[in-house]
Amino acid sequence: MFYREAGDFKTSYRADSQTFPIRFDRYRYYVVLAIAFLVVPFIINDYWANAILLPFLIYAIAAIGLNILVGYCGQLSLGTGGFMAMGAYACYKFMTAFPDLSMFINVILAGVVTAIVGMLFGLPSLRIKGFYLAVATLAAQFFLVWLFNRVPWFYNYSASGQINAPQRTMFGVEITGPLAPAWATYLFCLVFLTLSALIARNLTRGSVGRKWMAIRDMDIAAEIIGVNPLRAKLSAFAVSSFFVGISGALFFALYLGAVEVGEAFNIQKSFLILFMVIIGGLGSVFGSFAGAAFMVLLPVALKVVGVDLLGWPTDTVAHFQLVIVGALIIIFLIAEPHGLAQLWRLAKEKLRLWPFPY
Amino acid sequence: MLDASEGFTTEDGRRIGGVVMEMKNITLRFGGVVAIQNISFDIREGEIRAIIGPNGAGKSSMLNVISGFYVPQEGEVWFEGRQRPKVKPYEVARQGIARTFQNIALFEGMSVLDNVMTGRLTHMKTGILSQSFWLGRAEAEETANREVAERIIDFLEIQHIRKTPVSRLPYGLKKRVELARALAAEPRLLLLDEPMAGMNVEEKEDMSRFILDVNDEFGTTIALIEHDMGVVMDLSDRVVVMDYGRKIGDGTPDEVRNNQDVIDAYLGVAHD
Repeated sequence: MFYREAGDFKTSYRADSQTFPIRFDRYRYYVVLAIAFLVVPFIINDYWANAILLPFLIYAIAAIGLNILVGYCGQLSLGTGGFMAMGAYACYKFMTAFPDLSMFINVILAGVVTAIVGMLFGLPSLRIKGFYLAVATLAAQFFLVWLFNRVPWFYNYSASGQINAPQRTMFGVEITGPLAPAWATYLFCLVFLTLSALIARNLTRGSVGRKWMAIRDMDIAAEIIGVNPLRAKLSAFAVSSFFVGISGALFFALYLGAVEVGEAFNIQKSFLILFMVIIGGLGSVFGSFAGAAFMVLLPVALKVVGVDLLGWPTDTVAHFQLVIVGALIIIFLIAEPHGLAQLWRLAKEKLRLWPFPY
Repeated sequence: MLDASEGFTTEDGRRIGGVVMEMKNITLRFGGVVAIQNISFDIREGEIRAIIGPNGAGKSSMLNVISGFYVPQEGEVWFEGRQRPKVKPYEVARQGIARTFQNIALFEGMSVLDNVMTGRLTHMKTGILSQSFWLGRAEAEETANREVAERIIDFLEIQHIRKTPVSRLPYGLKKRVELARALAAEPRLLLLDEPMAGMNVEEKEDMSRFILDVNDEFGTTIALIEHDMGVVMDLSDRVVVMDYGRKIGDGTPDEVRNNQDVIDAYLGVAHD
């Protein structure tokens, strides 16, 4: 009824391999983009920006990055928190070393640095697989956090050991620091998320993505048909770390403003983003969005229900929140192991025929 | 016997060219087990060459040597007039050798079309950066290779399932998709490891027709392993027979059929 491909004919391969082959999807995508860019900035306030929108945008970038590695290339990684820290510290060093550099460039450069570091930690993936690789990437997590704690050069020898984002402007509007307006930080992150999603989608529908998926599904067959496993895996690590680094830089510079590495980018961050990817759906860019939204919104929703509606004490709700989130994750994974993206796909299948299923 | 450089004409009038691949005194060992012992044979341009033999004769090992997956301890592999150095399996694919597997080795998480497109990977050169933004070159390359892939899909009559995930397909179709993926690479030598294993008569007939068509239409040189004797004798131009890692026969199907060693290997020898 609402959703159908009948009558939506393609006359070229180009039209068939576009991101949204179905016209309805394409228009919905334009509408969502228009709302995100043209409507939300005018109605946004500090609460919405800091509690929901900024974390969603930033985590979605990280989830896209991790999804490329885990969902598309099949290389399990637990080092996401460490790579986010790498992005944050690289961004900080660029911001302080080159005060005149545009913030946009800073964030991109932070991504590039993280991509290189990610490739280094991806080297063992040629030899080890699965859980063993996860342990190797766990080393990245602990090593990077340790490094940023112990080497004062990374935090510019500040007494507190923290890094603080200096004020930077973009087109005359502050986007970092305490005075930055919510709409400006929101738009800045939104631009990065849109670009990340586009790039991820373009890569995964082309030959690079097919190499990754071939490695994921059967690495021996992939090698026989001419995929160089080292290059494919390292490129996945590089692209993945690039996005994760960007999200780390944004998380530090625009969202938190000040970061203590052991707190902001610890192992829990790695797991949080891995949960987003698994719950959202492995091997789906849309799933990264859905997973990030789920993990960001769930605590907020529980708090609203518990504190505001039921009038429970805040600490009780905070404790219950952990229990409920954990239980929901388990239930969810049993009910739908392929994640929210699969649920969405099924819903679309149903909607295609609704209300006349025969 | 045949002259090394000259070709010959088959009974049905097809022209078989010069030697494409030549195996010279190949010996392959796994620890103490000798899988292949001092075997030499050649594969000629445009022919269908079968490797047969009882279980454990070393046929699959031989195919793995040709496809570069195993490196023999002794002997030389010559491909298109040059001795092949020790290369990685993915470099063999770039030389123009494609293969299918005995147990299907498709990418289960991808659609049929994507699987066939992976066969084109050796022909696709654009880098990550231009693909990131799906600009000019990357898109032109994608479309051009899609056309080739679609031709193969048409040829093997799997248009109706091109968007279906491979994991949902029945066995016989998966075998056909795997053949499509190998063909998409436009190989100069196509290796088929038991293309008809586990199929019923009808599927075998289909597959035989496809193999003959591929050979006919694209002129692809094919080397195949098969257990079904009827199929092998009908399809192939020349047959190598292996037993216990040795070559016990080599020639046209008729020659091989009347070879006493081959008969002994398949039917057993009377002990009196």
